[in-house]
Amino acid sequence: MATVSLTVNGKAVTANVDPRTLLVQLLRENLRLTGTHVGCDTSQCGACVVHLDGKAVKSCTTLALSVDGATVTTIEGLAVNGVLHPMQEAFREHHGLQCGYCTPGMIMAAVDMVSRRGHSLDEATIRDDLDGNICRCTGYHNIVKAIAAGAEAMGKAATPTRKAAE
Amino acid sequence: MYAFTYHRPATARQAAGLLAKKEDAKLLAGGHTLLPTMKQRLASPTHLVDLGGCADLRGIERKGRNVVIGAMTTHAEVADSAVVREAIPSLAYLASHIGDPHVRHRGTIGGSVANNDPAADYPAALMALGATIVTNKRKLTAEEFFTGLYETALEEGEIVVRISFPLVSKAGYAKFRNPASRYALVGVFVAKRGSEVSVAVTGAGEGGVFRWPEAEAALKARFAAKSLDGIKHTAKGINADMHADAEYRAHLIGVMAREAVARATGK
Repeated sequence: MATVSLTVNGKAVTANVDPRTLLVQLLRENLRLTGTHVGCDTSQCGACVVHLDGKAVKSCTTLALSVDGATVTTIEGLAVNGVLHPMQEAFREHHGLQCGYCTPGMIMAAVDMVSRRGHSLDEATIRDDLDGNICRCTGYHNIVKAIAAGAEAMGKAATPTRKAAE
Repeated sequence: MYAFTYHRPATARQAAGLLAKKEDAKLLAGGHTLLPTMKQRLASPTHLVDLGGCADLRGIERKGRNVVIGAMTTHAEVADSAVVREAIPSLAYLASHIGDPHVRHRGTIGGSVANNDPAADYPAALMALGATIVTNKRKLTAEEFFTGLYETALEEGEIVVRISFPLVSKAGYAKFRNPASRYALVGVFVAKRGSEVSVAVTGAGEGGVFRWPEAEAALKARFAAKSLDGIKHTAKGINADMHADAEYRAHLIGVMAREAVARATGK
């Protein structure tokens, strides 16, 4: 067993794990954050996507011990005080899900997409960048619509905060 | 996966020390090949040496007429690097088309090169651009380094430290992606330096990446996609699997080569 310490959704956590433990297992089994899903377990489907130091990664293909000292954000870390994150709200509004299994990964990938490419995302860019996320209900159409709307909403949500800070 | 002892050295030197001392130790770079392989129990190292903490293996630098990339630099970092985009845009383009965005945040150039997957993208770039692979022990050309299917010249205890790419006058990469895995069904990297032309093919060869001398000769006479008209690669020695037979892959080599030259010449 070995010790791993990291920050998850703003909270400092420490766990004692077998070196074989994957980041997704640490999140789900040790920390009981079961919003992050295991779909394929072979780094294809993207249901396990979380943010590691601000970047989207597949937590099924990352060892827990490799992220010692890092900052991780999961789907549970997006909403603030019970208010959905603009991207979550956009998925709800545009019905960007059917069974919902891929949704946490889709939303984490979408927020990452916005941080890399900005708030104005066209359909081709979104579809291209969803390369690493699979929806087996094949409900991509509404997912793409939700991401475009969510990206725009994130821009609007960010503007007043920035102005207030200035 | 089977149990292993985990090590996280802070420098390449410490990593080399562990590799020399521990029996049956394996290096972990981005982990996007090794971890899935370990999950399937196709690999079961006793010791796993994670290079993720080695800051000295990261970074991108322009050194005179070369771009030097640390082994633990991720595909996303190469794709987004202002230095690479300006000096060798075709290399940034290649990096931006490996796997998917999440894979590119973890996968590394050193890991890709050391694994020498026959369908990986980087080996074609290293071979066509005439890159030098710098290890903790020596310097190797791409021709010396890539020795066969998943085989390299790396010896016991040897670690890829960085890769140095000389600047070229023109270069381009084109790949036909496997629609499921995003690996190259066939990928062709062309580069022109002075009067020399290199054409390197990945995804197609039974023995991994290889050069295509016939296309090089034609492009040396005139560096234009049209120069490759009528030149066909043989299906002999070309991979065949459920995704594509040898004939189809051989055909794609020509198509991708013309596309790569068109990109290199901006046409």
